[in-house]
Amino acid sequence: MSAMPTTFFGWVYFLLQEYGVVLFKGAVVTLLLAIVGTLIGCVIGLIVGIIETIPEDRNASAFSRALLKCEKRVLDAYVEVFRGTPMIVQAMVVFYGAMSLFGIDMSPLFAGFLVVSINTGAYMAESMRGGIDSVDPGQKEAAIAIGMDHFQAMQCVILPQAVRNILPQIGNNLIINIKDTSVLNVISVTELYFASKSAAGVYYKYFEIFFITCVIYFIMTFTASRLIRWWESKIDGPDAYVLVHDPLADPTGIVAPPITAIPKKGQ
Amino acid sequence: MTTDENNIPVLSVQGLHKSFGDREILKGINVDVYKGDVVCIIGTSGSGKSTLIRCVNFLEEPTSGIIAYHGEDAKKAFKNLPLYRAKVGMVFQQFNLFNNMTVLENCMVGQTKVLKIDEKTAKETALENLKHVGMDDYINAKPKQLSGGQKQRVAIARALALKPEVLLMDEPTSALDPEMVGEVLKVMKTLADEGLTMVVVTHEMAFAKDVASQVIFLDQGVIAEAGTPDEIFNHPTKKRTQDFLSRFNVLAHSNQD
Repeated sequence: MSAMPTTFFGWVYFLLQEYGVVLFKGAVVTLLLAIVGTLIGCVIGLIVGIIETIPEDRNASAFSRALLKCEKRVLDAYVEVFRGTPMIVQAMVVFYGAMSLFGIDMSPLFAGFLVVSINTGAYMAESMRGGIDSVDPGQKEAAIAIGMDHFQAMQCVILPQAVRNILPQIGNNLIINIKDTSVLNVISVTELYFASKSAAGVYYKYFEIFFITCVIYFIMTFTASRLIRWWESKIDGPDAYVLVHDPLADPTGIVAPPITAIPKKGQ
Repeated sequence: MTTDENNIPVLSVQGLHKSFGDREILKGINVDVYKGDVVCIIGTSGSGKSTLIRCVNFLEEPTSGIIAYHGEDAKKAFKNLPLYRAKVGMVFQQFNLFNNMTVLENCMVGQTKVLKIDEKTAKETALENLKHVGMDDYINAKPKQLSGGQKQRVAIARALALKPEVLLMDEPTSALDPEMVGEVLKVMKTLADEGLTMVVVTHEMAFAKDVASQVIFLDQGVIAEAGTPDEIFNHPTKKRTQDFLSRFNVLAHSNQD
C-alpha cells in the first residue's frame, strides 16, 4: 500500500478514489427515493386534494353524502398523522410493524419508497388544497356553466393552474426529500448518508467523507431547485403573443399571404 | 318550425323562489322567454337579478319552482344537467375565462369535452365565433394579455361556440372600463339582430331600450313591472319603476346633449 495522504485535500482525493463509486451509488438511491417519493406523493396529494374539495351535492342520496363525508374524515386523519410524526419514526413503524404485525418482510428500499411517498402525500394534500383554493372560483363556475362536471372542470381548468401555483412547494418537497431520505439509514436503506457512514468508519475520516457527502447533497438539491424554476417559466410561456393577421408581428415586415389567397394554377 | 313550437317558450321560469338561509331573495318569479326574444332584466343592486339568471342554469339551486325548457321541466327532461347547461350559454360579469388556456382553447374546450365534437370541427366553430366578435386575430393570446372588453368578447364567443339556444348574460358590461363598454354592447346588439335569444341582466338602459323585446323591472325579489321597452321606459305605471328610471334618465339626457 502506498503512503497515506497527509493533507485534508489529499484525503478527500484518496477517499474519492476509494469510495467514489459507493458514494455515487448511494447518491443514486437518494435521488431515486426523493424523485419517486415526491412524484407518488404528488399523485396522492392530488387525489386527496380533489376529494377534499368535492362540493356537497344537496341532490345526492343520503348514502353517497355520508360516504363522501366519511372519506373526507379518513383523509383528514391520514394527513394529520403523517404530517404530525417524524419520518424517521414512520420508517421504523412501517418497516418493523409490517414484519411483526402482518409478517410482511419488505426490503428496506421498498419500505423507504413507501414511507417517503406517504409522508410527501400528506404534505402535498394540504398544498394541493391550497392550490385549488387559489384558483378564482369564477373559472370553476364558468366551466360548470358550459356543461363540465366537477372532474372535467378540475382536469381541464382548475388543476393545471393549481399545480402551476404550487410548483414552488413541489420543489420544496423534492429538496426536503433529497435531504431527509437520509433518515432512512435507520432501516438500512443504502442511500447516500448510509454509504458515507460506512465509508467513514474504515479510516475514521469522518470530516473528509462528510465534506464530500455535503458537496454531493448540495449539487443534487441545487440542480433540483434550478430545474423546478426552469419548469415554472416553461409552463408560464412567453409574455408576448403573436397576432395572427398583424403585419407588425413579423419583424421583417414581409407578410406571407394567407394560404387561401394564393390563386390556384389554371385559374 | 310549426306554429306549435313557436307558441311554447324556449325557457319558462315558473314560480321561482330562492332563499339563502333565512333571507328570501326571489319571491315567486314567472318569466317566459320565446325564441328570438331579448329579455332585459333591470333593477337596483340586491334586487335578485343575478340570482334569477343564475337559477335559470342551476348555478344556484332554486328553493322551489320550475325552469321549463321547451315546455318541459329542465331538471326532468335533462337527466344530464351539463347538456342542458350547454344549451343555455352563460356570460359572466367577471368574464371568467380559463386562464390556463389560449383564446382559441377557451372556445374549443367546451365543444370537445362536453359535446364530444372532434378537434377540427371544434376549431372551425371556435374561429367562426371569434371572428364574429372580432377576436380572431388574438387566438394565441392568453386571457391575462387581453383588455376587459376583449376578454368579454372572447367569453361571448366561448358561450356561442356551443351553439346555445339561449344566451344568459349577467351584467356583461358592469366590470368594464367605460371606453370598453361600447365594443361589447355592439357585439350584443349584433347577436340580437341575428335573432339569438338572450336574457340580459344589465344597467345599460340605452341598450335595453334599443334592443329588448321585453323589459323586466325586478324589485325586492318580485317582478315589479314588465313590458315592452316603450311601456317600461316611456310609460311606467308603478311608482318604484318611475323612481328607479328617473335616476337613469338624468344620465341619459346628459349623454344625449
